Amino acid sequence: MSTLEIDQARKLYGDLEVLKGVSISIGTGDFLVLLGPSGCGKSTLLNMIAGLESISGGEIRIAGKVVNDLSPKDRDIAMVFQSYALYPTMTVRQNIEFGMKIRGVSQAERDKAVKTAADLLQMTHLLDRKPSQLSGGQRQRVAMGRAIVRQPKLFLFDEPLSNLDAKLRVDMRTEIKRLHARLGTTIVYVTHDQIEAMTLATRVAVMKDGVVQHLDDPQSVYDRPANVYVARFVGSPSMNIIPARLDVEDGRPIAVIDIPGGAAARLSGIPLSSQAATKYAGHNILVGIRPELFSVAGAQATQTVTVNIDVVEPTGPDTLALFQAGGVEVTARVPPRAVAARASATLAVDTGKIVMFDADNEQRID
Amino acid sequence: MHTEARSARRSNQIGRLFIYGSLIALAAFYLMPLWVMIVTSLKSLDEIYGGSFIGVPQAITFEAWNKAWQEACIGTACTGLRPYFINSILMVVPAVILSTGIGAINGYILTKWRFTGANAIFGLLLFGCFLPFQAVILPMAQVLGRLHLSGTIPGLVLVHTVYGISFTTLFFRNYFITIPDELTRAAQIDGAGFFRIFFSVMLPTALPIIVVSCIWQFTQIWNDFLFGVSFTAGQSSPITVALNNIVNVTMGRKQYNVDMAAAMIAAIPTLFVYVVAGRYFVRGLTAGAVKG
Repeated sequence: MSTLEIDQARKLYGDLEVLKGVSISIGTGDFLVLLGPSGCGKSTLLNMIAGLESISGGEIRIAGKVVNDLSPKDRDIAMVFQSYALYPTMTVRQNIEFGMKIRGVSQAERDKAVKTAADLLQMTHLLDRKPSQLSGGQRQRVAMGRAIVRQPKLFLFDEPLSNLDAKLRVDMRTEIKRLHARLGTTIVYVTHDQIEAMTLATRVAVMKDGVVQHLDDPQSVYDRPANVYVARFVGSPSMNIIPARLDVEDGRPIAVIDIPGGAAARLSGIPLSSQAATKYAGHNILVGIRPELFSVAGAQATQTVTVNIDVVEPTGPDTLALFQAGGVEVTARVPPRAVAARASATLAVDTGKIVMFDADNEQRID
Repeated sequence: MHTEARSARRSNQIGRLFIYGSLIALAAFYLMPLWVMIVTSLKSLDEIYGGSFIGVPQAITFEAWNKAWQEACIGTACTGLRPYFINSILMVVPAVILSTGIGAINGYILTKWRFTGANAIFGLLLFGCFLPFQAVILPMAQVLGRLHLSGTIPGLVLVHTVYGISFTTLFFRNYFITIPDELTRAAQIDGAGFFRIFFSVMLPTALPIIVVSCIWQFTQIWNDFLFGVSFTAGQSSPITVALNNIVNVTMGRKQYNVDMAAAMIAAIPTLFVYVVAGRYFVRGLTAGAVKG
């Protein structure tokens, strides 16, 4: 059993509150990603879990045990750092052994643990090298090896991939995912890269200004973001947030979006409860539409917008078409060569999956 | 085309000639005093007074070296420099080790275990670097008196250690600040404590700056005259004070050859340290400035 419960955790530096009562709880084997821009408090939170920063308020429990006043070594955790933090004067083997040596593990057991970790990470041939003789990816692997031999209740990763080049980052990402599947340990992983969060996590906590904005599984965060901030942060290209007006016609909600130089688009079939529809009828709202919810309208399409395409950006597998709607620039992801720039196009919208937000507080309306 | 290349090569050669010529001339100029010292120390006194000053000795003799080492009179005792050389060793070795060790711990604490006011304390420590020797002589004499260390080698060790901490702390602080904090954090999570991290992680990486600190402190302490002459007397003097006494107190003809030999003996340890560890010195001095 290795659960993690963070209960109203707060962090103050003098008068500056960088974490404002964060509560997250994950179960054994979960992969929690703390996602947010720099300065959102995600690394501070990780360091508080690790015991490298003190906890100003609230409680953190690892496997049911309150760890607020425990030193890092007594928390049964292992951590992988962004800069790898390998001991430069020690060989790979000594790096991996260091913690076990301090805990007084016997030589035979140490050798066995090093061998297991080295086999797992395919770095047996590197054991006698110094960190300076390793590439970035190899160093990352050693750092993970050092964490694995500890057999901790909790793995902590602090932006472990951000020092790697793009290609290697994708490879290592897969490796971390595979490792998690194989070892089944509980992981807390900090990143500002939303793709890492989507691909790795079983639970994502999107953070901003020391507050958790949304905590859920990655697909739910992507499909039904809690607010405009989360909607914009997760997904690339990000979700279109279009100012619109809510009409109610025969009891059915309709989102009305102004199209410059054309008829307003009237989208029905949107997922909105009747209470919300009544409450927001006639009000301005924000409509969130992922770029891939647009498609080139076929003959049967009922929910459509007819727009003038400004720019098309081919990405290979598909093309991004940019146009104006509701006073903002909107991106649609369509098949290659489906639309042309500086021409009119009629796009169908999968209205069942669009998301509505309150225009004032930017929270999702259900 | 062909002649152009040739003339270019020729002008290049002239340039090289000029560079080497001027470098050799300047080096010779700076080596002149050393040359005079060496040849004078190898001449007999008669030859020196015969008028040869810069020239090669007619008959090489190590008599002056022998005399400087074990026969020359310093005050009333004619023991040569040997006991004072030993005094200096007894002073410099513990003082270098202590000041470097304390500087290393200070630098480690000031960078990796930040506490409120750490920067203020570092700033105050830096004052020590700019404090002239003369300013501390009187208070230092009082302190040594209270500690009953006046006029002793351990007293000098204390003085040099205290005075050296400012410099060694500066060296180590500036070196350790380039080592990522994540390294200490990783060691903490591995279960290492304060001293374990210091000895197993930090010190091994600090070899270049340890060398710098040792060379710097060794040179400063070995060459120091003022503290030596102020806080010791007679048999407990360091070599610099004894050298001064040999050179400045003479009866009869001034023994230039012995003076030169004595000066060389006093300078040999620092020269030796530079030659042996000099390349680490440059590397260590630039290590803090350029990361990597």
